Amino acid sequence: MPSVEKSGADPMIAFDGVEKRFGDNVVLSELSFTVAPGEHVCLIGPSGSGKTTILRLLMTLEKCDAGTITVGGTSLSHMEKNGKLVPADEKHVRDVRKRIGMEFQQFNLFPNMTVRGNLVEAPTRVLGLSKDEADARAKELLDLVGLGDRIDSHPTQLSGGQQQRVAIARALAMRPDVLLLDEVTSALDPELVAGVLKLLSDIGSSTDITFLCVTHEMGFARDFSDRVMMFDGGRVIEDAAPEKLFTAPEHERTQAFLHAVVDR
Amino acid sequence: MNVWDWNFAGQIIPALLNGLRITLIATVLGSLIAFVLGLVLAILGRGPRPVRIVVRAIVEFIRSTPLLVQVYFLFFVLPAFGVVLPALTVGVLALGVHYATYTSEVYRAGIDAVPRGQWEAATALSLPRTRVWTGVVLPQAIPRVMPALGNYVISMFKETPLLIGIGVLDIVGQVREVGGQSFRYVEAYTLAGLLFLLLSYPASLAVRRLERRRAVR
Repeated sequence: MPSVEKSGADPMIAFDGVEKRFGDNVVLSELSFTVAPGEHVCLIGPSGSGKTTILRLLMTLEKCDAGTITVGGTSLSHMEKNGKLVPADEKHVRDVRKRIGMEFQQFNLFPNMTVRGNLVEAPTRVLGLSKDEADARAKELLDLVGLGDRIDSHPTQLSGGQQQRVAIARALAMRPDVLLLDEVTSALDPELVAGVLKLLSDIGSSTDITFLCVTHEMGFARDFSDRVMMFDGGRVIEDAAPEKLFTAPEHERTQAFLHAVVDR
Repeated sequence: MNVWDWNFAGQIIPALLNGLRITLIATVLGSLIAFVLGLVLAILGRGPRPVRIVVRAIVEFIRSTPLLVQVYFLFFVLPAFGVVLPALTVGVLALGVHYATYTSEVYRAGIDAVPRGQWEAATALSLPRTRVWTGVVLPQAIPRVMPALGNYVISMFKETPLLIGIGVLDIVGQVREVGGQSFRYVEAYTLAGLLFLLLSYPASLAVRRLERRRAVR
């Protein structure tokens, strides 16, 4: 198995020499980093710097061109078969992927289903929960996100903030070990942003889920994360605790970026 | 001799209704084939490259040849391979397959209109491939394309008279029989036209309503 950590506990997420190209455009090159179990990591940096691509690679929405990605010590792209490392088959990918949930900028709720339908779909189809179990879980999670009374609504009847809350509940219903947040508040009305971020903070502090977030909300990044990675041109140019990175960034590029986004 | 004989018109109505029955059977069964096969073609059209190319070639070939040629081809060529089918069956098959190449395009457009985020959310939830289709994509794509499918049903309904070429006694087939026996064509063809109008017009109104309802949403 590639990239076995010497320091003891396996990282929850490990990128090792990952490269991603779209045509001639190199989006990520030689990218290596790890995220420990339960750690909250935020990725910041200018648009187009490859942050979202990292989440999409983890979610298997994209394939990497070189390097390996492991989740909980298991490779996303390869599996062991008769002692040999072979390309992962559909089932292997599904098994690894089941541990990961993702929140999208556009929520991506299924508009043809009710809120309840959105929440019970994957737990019944993928985890094999009974209808009643999935239903109970859905109710519990909707209460958690403050939408217990909207279980029979359709997504189109909800505000953006409410839709994103449902999407969060939908991802949590799969009991993921890892939650990927891709600019989850970028499409929201400004007055709804704080509520969603507060909810995520609450979830972050009350569960041991590992978080990897792409965000432009610097306040959230500062309060929520254990570590912040500054990205530019497909590389991590600074990787530090938020207190350090936001108050005394070492890299010039980080300083310029923070200056531009914080002191607007 | 009057141009229009009410008595005669009344006499031929049962025969015309019998023809209408055949026309409706051909349309309904042909549409069923077109709906199902068209969907299969549309889904295969999104498959791996070799499959896509083969599907594309078949669709282009069928669309580039006249329906009448296809009807004759099936009727006269299949027996050479030992497959002898009743005329109506051949007609239904030809109509269904021909229209499937059109409905497949309609489905394709409907499927393309489902946002990519829907596929991605389904992947992020690890939904099995078939469930992504049946639970997420098609329930969003099909309501969108209902009006277009409806238009093809109407169009197929009006093309069924092609089947008289292989001896299917649809409305027009009956008209020719009746006309041939009595040398009176005015009543028969007029009534046949009215029958088509009586069914197509309300049907196209219904499709238009369906379109409006989708537009309002």
